[in-house]
Amino acid sequence: MADHIVKSYDKELEALERSIAEMGGIAEKMVIDAMDALVQSDAALARQVIARDDRLDQLQREIEEGAILTIARRQPMAVDLREIVGAIRVAGDLERVGDLAKNIAKRSLKIGEAPRNPHDVVGLKHMNDVATELLKDVLDAYAQRDNDRALAVWERDVELDALENSVFRDLLTHMMEDPRNISYCAHLLFCSKNIERIGDHATNIAETVHYLVTGQPLPNDRPKGASASEPQS
Amino acid sequence: MDVAVTTPNGAPQAGANLPDKVLVRNLDFFYGASKALKAVSLPLKLGHVTAFIGPSGCGKSTLLRVLNRMYDLYPGQRAEGEVLMDGENLLDPGLDLNLLRSRVGMVFQKPTPFPMSIYDNIAFGVRLYEKLSKSAMDERVESSLKKAALWNEAKDKLKQSGLGLSGGQQQRLCIARSIAIKPEVILFDEPTSALDPIATAKIEELIDELRGDYTIAIVTHSMQQAARVSQFTAFMYLGEMIEYSDTKTVFTAPRDKRTQDYITGRFG
Repeated sequence: MADHIVKSYDKELEALERSIAEMGGIAEKMVIDAMDALVQSDAALARQVIARDDRLDQLQREIEEGAILTIARRQPMAVDLREIVGAIRVAGDLERVGDLAKNIAKRSLKIGEAPRNPHDVVGLKHMNDVATELLKDVLDAYAQRDNDRALAVWERDVELDALENSVFRDLLTHMMEDPRNISYCAHLLFCSKNIERIGDHATNIAETVHYLVTGQPLPNDRPKGASASEPQS
Repeated sequence: MDVAVTTPNGAPQAGANLPDKVLVRNLDFFYGASKALKAVSLPLKLGHVTAFIGPSGCGKSTLLRVLNRMYDLYPGQRAEGEVLMDGENLLDPGLDLNLLRSRVGMVFQKPTPFPMSIYDNIAFGVRLYEKLSKSAMDERVESSLKKAALWNEAKDKLKQSGLGLSGGQQQRLCIARSIAIKPEVILFDEPTSALDPIATAKIEELIDELRGDYTIAIVTHSMQQAARVSQFTAFMYLGEMIEYSDTKTVFTAPRDKRTQDYITGRFG
C-alpha cells in the first residue's frame, strides 16, 4: 500500500505492528514452554514462562496507548482505522494467551513431582501442539494480511474442541480408577481448558484478520464441536 | 441513522430502497472547452445528507453549482445530461431559475450576510417570492432563526446589522436565510471551513436537525465532517464519480482503492 503523505503516521502504524509481532513471538513461546515444563516437570522452565508474562502485559499497554494516541492525532479512516482497532484486539487476545500459558506453568509447579501417569499428558501435549499451530498460523496470517489462512484457522478450531472432549473423558476415567489421581487430574483438566481457550483466542485473531482485510465481520456461527465438559444449551 | 444497504460483493446501489429527491444522470460539465464533470451519476436521497468529498479540483463544487444552476450566471459554462428533481429536469433551458433557487437553497464557504439588518437579511429573500403580512413575516423570521439555532442570540438585536455578528453566527444567519424561503434542497459548500470548532459543531448539529425536513448536499474537505454529518458519501476524482455509497461503508471499508487512498491521506 502507498505511504501516507504524513510520514510519521506510517511510523506509528509500523511501531504498532512491530509490537504485535513481538507479543506474538513471546506468547507462542510461552505456550510451547509451559507444556514442556508440564510434561518434563521442569520447574526452572515453568518459572521462565511465568516471568515472561510481564513483558507481554507491558507490550499490550504500549500498544493500547500507541493506538489511542494515533486515533487522537490522525483520526484514522478505512484500512488505517481497521489496522488500529485490529492491533488493540490482537494485543488483548495475545495478552490473554500469555495469562493462560502462565497458568499452565503455575499448575506444573503445583503438580511438581506428584506421581503421574505419563499417558495423561499425551492428550494434553497433542492439544497443545494443535493450539500452537493455530496460533502460529494465525499470527502469520495477521502479519501477511492473509484472509484465506485466517479462515483456515477459524475453521480448524473445531479440532481442538474435539481433542478437549477426549482428554476430558480420559482424565475422568483416571479419576474414577483411583481417587489419588484426582488432584493431579483436576490440574490437568484446567490445563486442557486453558489450551482450548488459547484456541479460541487464535480464532478471535482470525476474525480480526478477516475484518482487517475485508472490512466485513465474520458470521457468528463458527463451526463448533459438541463439548463433553460443558452443558449443552 | 443506519441506512446501510450495501453488500460486500456485487454491492447494489446504496440506499436503493429510499426515495430520490434529486437524480443526477450522466452529467457532463464544461468550463469553456475543459470538461470538469464526466458522466457523473448519483442520487440525493430524500431527507438525507449526501456529502461530496474529493481533492481540490475534482468537480465537487461544480456539481453543487449545477444543482441550482448557479453556472448560468457565467457565459461559456454549460451542463449536459440530466438533473432530475422529483422527475423534472433542472437543466431544461425553459426552467424558471428564480423559482428553482427558491426550491434549492445554497450556503457558501464564507458567510455572506447582506449589508442590512438581521431581520431584513431573512425577510429580503422571502419578499421576492411571497407577500406576507407584517405579523406573518415576523413569524417567518423568528421560526427561521429558531431553526438555524440563532434566535436566542439574535432576538434582541434584529434591527442591528447582520455584519455585526460573529463568523459562526453569520453562517447560521445565512442558513436561516435559506430556510426562510422554504426550500426543498439545501446545498452547503464547505460551510464550516472558515469557522472555529465550536461554531463548526453548531452548524453540524444544525445540519443534523434540518435533515428529514430537507434534502441536503454538502461539499466538505473534512473527512471527519463528512463521516459525522452525512448518511451517503460520494467520492469524486478528476471530474469522475469514483464511489457513491452509504457513509459507513465509505469511511470504514471503501471499495475503490482511490477512495481509500484519499480518505486515509495517501494521495501522492
